[in-house]
Amino acid sequence: MTASFKRLAATLWKPDGRRFPAPLSLLLVGPLVIGLCVAFILPVGRLLAVSVWNPDFTLAEFVHIAESPLYLRILGRTLLLGITVTALTLVLAYPVAFLMTRLSGWRLAVATACVLVPLWTSVLVRSYAWIIILQRNGLLNSVLMGLGLTDAPLPLLYNELSVTIAMTHVLLPYMILPIWAALRTIPRDLPLAAQSLGANAFRVFFLVVLPLSLPGVASGVLMVFILSLGFYVTPALVGGPETLMVATLIGQQTTELLNWPFAGALAALLLGITLLLVTVFNRFLGLDKKAAS
Amino acid sequence: MTTAHPIHESYSGLKPIRGGTVSMDSIIKHYGSFTAVDGVSLSVGRGEFVALLGPSGSGKTTLLMMIAGFEQPDSGAVCIDGVDVSRMPAHRRDVGMVFQKYALFPHMTILDNVAFPLRMRGVPAGERRLKALDALQIVGLEGMEKRLPAQLSGGQQQRVALARAIVYRPPVLLMDEPLGALDKKLRERMQIEIKHLQESLGVTVIYVTHDQEEALTMADRIAVMNRGRLEQVGTPAELYERPANPFVAGFIGETNLLDGELVAAAGQEWELRLAGGAVVRGTPAAAARHGAAVGARVRLAVRPERIELAPATPGGTGAMVAATVADVIYAGPTLIYLLRADGLPEMTVRVPVQSDAMKPARGEAVSLTWDPANALVY
Repeated sequence: MTASFKRLAATLWKPDGRRFPAPLSLLLVGPLVIGLCVAFILPVGRLLAVSVWNPDFTLAEFVHIAESPLYLRILGRTLLLGITVTALTLVLAYPVAFLMTRLSGWRLAVATACVLVPLWTSVLVRSYAWIIILQRNGLLNSVLMGLGLTDAPLPLLYNELSVTIAMTHVLLPYMILPIWAALRTIPRDLPLAAQSLGANAFRVFFLVVLPLSLPGVASGVLMVFILSLGFYVTPALVGGPETLMVATLIGQQTTELLNWPFAGALAALLLGITLLLVTVFNRFLGLDKKAAS
Repeated sequence: MTTAHPIHESYSGLKPIRGGTVSMDSIIKHYGSFTAVDGVSLSVGRGEFVALLGPSGSGKTTLLMMIAGFEQPDSGAVCIDGVDVSRMPAHRRDVGMVFQKYALFPHMTILDNVAFPLRMRGVPAGERRLKALDALQIVGLEGMEKRLPAQLSGGQQQRVALARAIVYRPPVLLMDEPLGALDKKLRERMQIEIKHLQESLGVTVIYVTHDQEEALTMADRIAVMNRGRLEQVGTPAELYERPANPFVAGFIGETNLLDGELVAAAGQEWELRLAGGAVVRGTPAAAARHGAAVGARVRLAVRPERIELAPATPGGTGAMVAATVADVIYAGPTLIYLLRADGLPEMTVRVPVQSDAMKPARGEAVSLTWDPANALVY
């Protein structure tokens, strides 16, 4: 009994090398792979398959999308919103990440908490918070009217403005954290060396700090852009009929209209566009190589 | 990987630099309640090579950072070529700096790294390239200009850092333990190469190190620091032969420190009774001459190679210390004797292997003697 157990342990665990032996690796990776297959790859694959096999091979659903200006407009709006939100988060996140590298001790703890606590808070809660702030008789309108800046409440909610604001807020940590991580790995000596060689603060930043933080910027941009393309909850809550996004559309088709082939076609299109953009982005900036070196 | 050629000091592109003077006047720097530098004054002459030597936390790097302009003194002034630069930002001071971890810009080629300071000074691209290539040839790295820093070995990277720090011909070059990350053999070779380069360029160098051998090898003068204060400034020989206090005696080379009581303090040779009872003679150190009275507690410092071993003489003259050999260690050129004597800490004596001196075995009783000129009383 003990002997066979020992033999099993020896097969699974060879403490002589730095790598785990193959059986142990499989055992460790196995549950995740099975879970991913059952809960993710299989259903998504089926949804995608159903878009072209109904029951025979057909591209009718894709033709339907291409021929209808409404769906193309929704697609265009989703992409444009993704770009806007990515750009806004980048502009807002970089200074925050940069300041965080200058902090230490309790100041850094407070700053990190300010970034992470929203991340740990449910998207639902954060979206409702924006409803409270932006609604007709909400915080912002009360303040604006109280200051006498407007006579009537401004339409701040259920439009593209509210979706953009809420999504930027929700996705901000995904931009701050990778940029902060990249900035933190820049050795302190490098900006000092640049200074001693005659670079003023402006040049130290643009010639040394910014280029070296680009891998973090790229991760943040990719992450925020991809997340925003498929964002569902926030646009559904703070958006209106004018701000219907692809993800919301897919939701409607699957849960309300039960038009699975059409939902599958939309999902395939969104996935294809995302993959294409990521590939182009990587090619264009050569970020894989930069990150590797 | 191509090995680097030695630094060419005879290279025609090596035009002398007019070295600058650096003077520090009563500099004090606190970090919270910790005093990193405590009233340091030091003058460095044109073309001089000065090592700041001390254990970690002694304030030597902080002092260097204040000369570079990365830190501001709380009080006191730093002057370069007679100009007070205490409040001048680092990028306008025109000093070169070499860091321990090289601090090359990883996203730039070797050429762009070396040309960086010239670019900051508005030198046109063509001239920049020629000067950077010249500097790379001086440090023996021709043909490497297109590579990235990560493709070079540590020693090569430090040569690039050196080229980058001299390419704009700064009057003062600061070096912060530049060879600390290299292995011993390479470090020793680079020490000599850097020293030769400094001599042929004529640049003033302030060099921070915690390695006393490195300081002895390279520096014209060494400033020994401890706990934020300057303990002694002098040539390597002065520091070794006449250390100002027991700290310097122990930090530069090895020394035996023996506690005792002053018996006679007159003239150039003082007499003292060691803790074990033996009465020996030594030369008073400069600082000890004032105010030392008979009966005062004093310390005697003798270098291990300045002690002679003699056969034990029971009841012999008082100028000898009786001891037993606790251990003998063969260390190549010398034999190291560890000796035990009553009431004294373990003592070390070095005897050249190739000598006619007495070489006792372990457990043997011996007498220790020395020329009083080689024993300092503090």
